[in-house]
Amino acid sequence: MSPENFEPRLVGFLCNWCSYTGADLAGTSRMAYAPNLRVIRVMCTGRVDPQFVLKAFQAGADGVLISGCHPGDCHYKEGNSKALRRHRLLSRVLGQFGIEPERFRLEWVSASEGQKFQQVCNDFTERLRKLGPLNLNGARGGSRG
Amino acid sequence: MDNPKPKVAFYWCASCGGCEEAIVDLGQDILKVVEAVDIVYWPVALDFKKKDLEAMPDGSIAAAFINGGIRMSEQEEMAHLVRRKSQMVIAFGACAHLGGIPGLANFWDKSTIFRTVYHTTASTVNPEGTEPQRETTLDGHVLTLPEFWDSVLPLDAVIDVDYYLPGCAPNKDLILQAVTAILEGKLPAKGAVLAPNKSCCDDCARNKTKPEKILIQKVKRPHEVNLDPETCFLTQGVICMGPATRGGCGERCIEGNMPCRGCMGPTDQVHDQGAKFLSAFASLIDADDEGQVERVLGSIADPAGTFYRFSLPSSILKKKRMEAIR
Repeated sequence: MSPENFEPRLVGFLCNWCSYTGADLAGTSRMAYAPNLRVIRVMCTGRVDPQFVLKAFQAGADGVLISGCHPGDCHYKEGNSKALRRHRLLSRVLGQFGIEPERFRLEWVSASEGQKFQQVCNDFTERLRKLGPLNLNGARGGSRG
Repeated sequence: MDNPKPKVAFYWCASCGGCEEAIVDLGQDILKVVEAVDIVYWPVALDFKKKDLEAMPDGSIAAAFINGGIRMSEQEEMAHLVRRKSQMVIAFGACAHLGGIPGLANFWDKSTIFRTVYHTTASTVNPEGTEPQRETTLDGHVLTLPEFWDSVLPLDAVIDVDYYLPGCAPNKDLILQAVTAILEGKLPAKGAVLAPNKSCCDDCARNKTKPEKILIQKVKRPHEVNLDPETCFLTQGVICMGPATRGGCGERCIEGNMPCRGCMGPTDQVHDQGAKFLSAFASLIDADDEGQVERVLGSIADPAGTFYRFSLPSSILKKKRMEAIR
């Protein structure tokens, strides 16, 4: 696939209280942004089990976004702080698996930041378009296994 | 019928021999097992050949215990042969169950492993650059070797597995319980792991020393600290896989003052032991801002190798991305 034609497939885990509402605001405000992100609403970024992220990559995602409330604003007090710690540790582990850290992004988007959501979507899509497909399953050449 | 005793077979693939040792370690109890069954194939201990196994009718073995992961073509071929001859196959030990320690090689592929082993290590003397070949002709004879695969696979990636006996190696009680269950026909549903479905912490004597909230400021490796023999390892800042690992192992490591390394694999509810431990462990880090988080996490030497020590080939990602290896 030539780089111009490559459309990154992105999965986004958005928290119910801030980022999903922020994404909603971007929509109701009729802001245009890249359509590459498939949004999954979770109650809190602290609910995002690292298994979900691995599963997304394994199932063909080129990038995964976790987006939640700004530090200090978590509806459940410290869910986003746990998400931050898991994100940093999982990024290191993904690096050991040969998956670039740029493919796994954590952002804070509040309910009033529709514009930030638009910018995050566009930026993530553009960066991954440049980085190219993950090819986790397709490029598993070599002999058996 | 002359011999009504059920026939049993043991086979080994990519493993260290510790699982065979575990069977011998049954001690006197092995006599009870031998009394109840007829061992018809066990290459490590008894002189049977592949042709003897081939000569047996299909399905004539009641239960086969296979240990070790699948590293080479020969192991896959033998696993298929044992499967065909057996009514039931039990993946015996962590390597057959999850891939095990040899599965850590999945962070590399065949060419990088061969380059290291046959060319670049300091102790290698190989001026002609010889590497193992599938086929070599020597004095008119054709010699063959099995093919070394690009990655290690758990047993159930190549054959149908009925039950799993976890552990490195499975402990005596679990082995005897499994053998008894097979003989009495009191087995759970197919596909079950023959060990309790609860975490290692559940049985751990140190559990009561765990504070309300564990807060880790620096991650230490076991050799860097004088470990208290009674306190929860995580409380001491040492990585212990207990929270994400199945119990029932008998806690020999914990009793020896060493943290759990995860050999029993995950419980039934978890797909990926490494990711699940990562999730639990990150939540114990005493840090909220980015700088602090990076500082604490920076003290973990090899997170992927530690969290997936026994389970890499059966994890969600299974191996390092090929593009990144080359």
